[in-house]
Amino acid sequence: MGNEVKPEVTTADGVTADVPVVSLGQVRKVYPGAAGPKVALQDITFDVARGEFACVVGPSGAGKTTLLRILAGLAQPTSGAALFEGTPLRSVPPGIGVVFQDYGRSLYPWLTVARNVELPLRVRGVRRAERAQRVAEVLASVGLPDAGRSYPWQLSGGMQQRVAIARSLAYRPDLLLMDEPFASVDAQTRFELEDLILRVRQEFGVTVVFVTHDIDEAVYLADRVIAISKSPGVVTEIVDITLARPRDQITTKADPAFAHYREDLLGLVMHRG
Amino acid sequence: MSSPDLGNVARPGLAARAASTAAARALTRVWLFAVLFLIWWFWSAGSKSLYFPPLSSILKTLWTQWVTGPARAELGSSLEHLLVGYVIAGLVGIGIGALLWSLRYLRDATSPYIYFLYVLPAPVLVPAAMTLFGIGFTMKVVLIAFAALWPTLLNTLDGMRGVDEVKLDTARVLGVSPAGRVFRVVLPAAAPQIVAGLRNSLQVAIILMVVSEWEASTDGIGFYIVNAQQSFDYVGMWSGIIVLAIIGIVANLLFVAAENRVLHWHYGARAVEGTR
Repeated sequence: MGNEVKPEVTTADGVTADVPVVSLGQVRKVYPGAAGPKVALQDITFDVARGEFACVVGPSGAGKTTLLRILAGLAQPTSGAALFEGTPLRSVPPGIGVVFQDYGRSLYPWLTVARNVELPLRVRGVRRAERAQRVAEVLASVGLPDAGRSYPWQLSGGMQQRVAIARSLAYRPDLLLMDEPFASVDAQTRFELEDLILRVRQEFGVTVVFVTHDIDEAVYLADRVIAISKSPGVVTEIVDITLARPRDQITTKADPAFAHYREDLLGLVMHRG
Repeated sequence: MSSPDLGNVARPGLAARAASTAAARALTRVWLFAVLFLIWWFWSAGSKSLYFPPLSSILKTLWTQWVTGPARAELGSSLEHLLVGYVIAGLVGIGIGALLWSLRYLRDATSPYIYFLYVLPAPVLVPAAMTLFGIGFTMKVVLIAFAALWPTLLNTLDGMRGVDEVKLDTARVLGVSPAGRVFRVVLPAAAPQIVAGLRNSLQVAIILMVVSEWEASTDGIGFYIVNAQQSFDYVGMWSGIIVLAIIGIVANLLFVAAENRVLHWHYGARAVEGTR
């Protein structure tokens, strides 16, 4: 395509603060189909800086999950460049954590909670004593200090998603990708988990890309909201959210600025989608 | 009385009720056996028929032959064939099943032959196995292993193909190596179906254990039964049949105990799903 995005800075030690954690340049994804090729993503360009919380919003069918899979290195773009810390994503890099929507499908029911959380540490060759300590630490961070010996299916949905979050934080990734992680829990639990993710993001200093179809959720969480439209997926707008932090479910959502952002984005998604 | 009231009244006694239903279920299983046993015992008690000897003398022979007597050797050699053949069938079945799962081309190329071998009734292979391997240990073990292989193989393949993509994507993201994904994700996720295959294989293996001893054999329970029948020792024949039934029951109990250990997470998760 001749329009490849080059990494701006590549120093001897690899990563510098100037290199965006995520950099997408004219990413396009086409799936071959029986009824002709289907364009899932048309032209996606945006960067996510270190420490930033970016939300990707769009209606269902806008290729949000495809985008997240490309960011995770699970899928390759048909054309364009997808970089993680300046390096093209050809496979899943070790510094990325992913929380999938369906905890029931991503947690391993044959392992206890502690074993689930321990798995990424085990395959990285972390020693036993340190593994136990890190597992205890992340489980405490997500508010489940005593759940280690339980099996995931013995816990409620919200608690299971906390386990999935703990597992993806256990190996201290630079980037946490979340694919509609709170879509299958009830509203009350959802608010709790939103606040949890804002807290642990601070605690672990992790960059977050959070995919959702819920505009309220996106505005509440994000430093920046990236709106993408439905088939073919293109970036329609990038909105900086300058609401004060720490945010609070009641006062932040009562802020007139919150309503303003919400209205703005809703208009975008509804008219273009 | 309205039904909500009934629900409220029943709740405090739930544990007690569960215990009593468990006891009732155990009783359901035992009483028919007890009745049939007693009918057989008393009906055959005075029998002078050569073909239907009294149960009391069958049980006596069972004791003197199989527990304290010379037929113990037949029992030992049969169980040895069964154990070796079944273990080979299980390992090879899971191994080839996993191989076919990972190599799509091989799977497509071999599927008609696998189906052919699967539907072929294994007992017809006894003459061929005798020609190839003689009538000794090897022939029996090969025959048991070959016949018992297919249920495990096909269930392994099917179970592995059904593993949820999200579980595999998760493993990739967590940094699990390709080999690690097979052992840490695919095998445990397919385990419920693999175990179902192993259970079928066990039944086939027991059948083949007997059948392989029927013809031109010099040892084993199957040999003992046929030999007893041909020398008009019907008491001995019946005792062998009962020994076979006991082997089947014990093998099944051992299997279920192992299954409950290995798949406790599966049954736990399923029970929780049922209540949600």
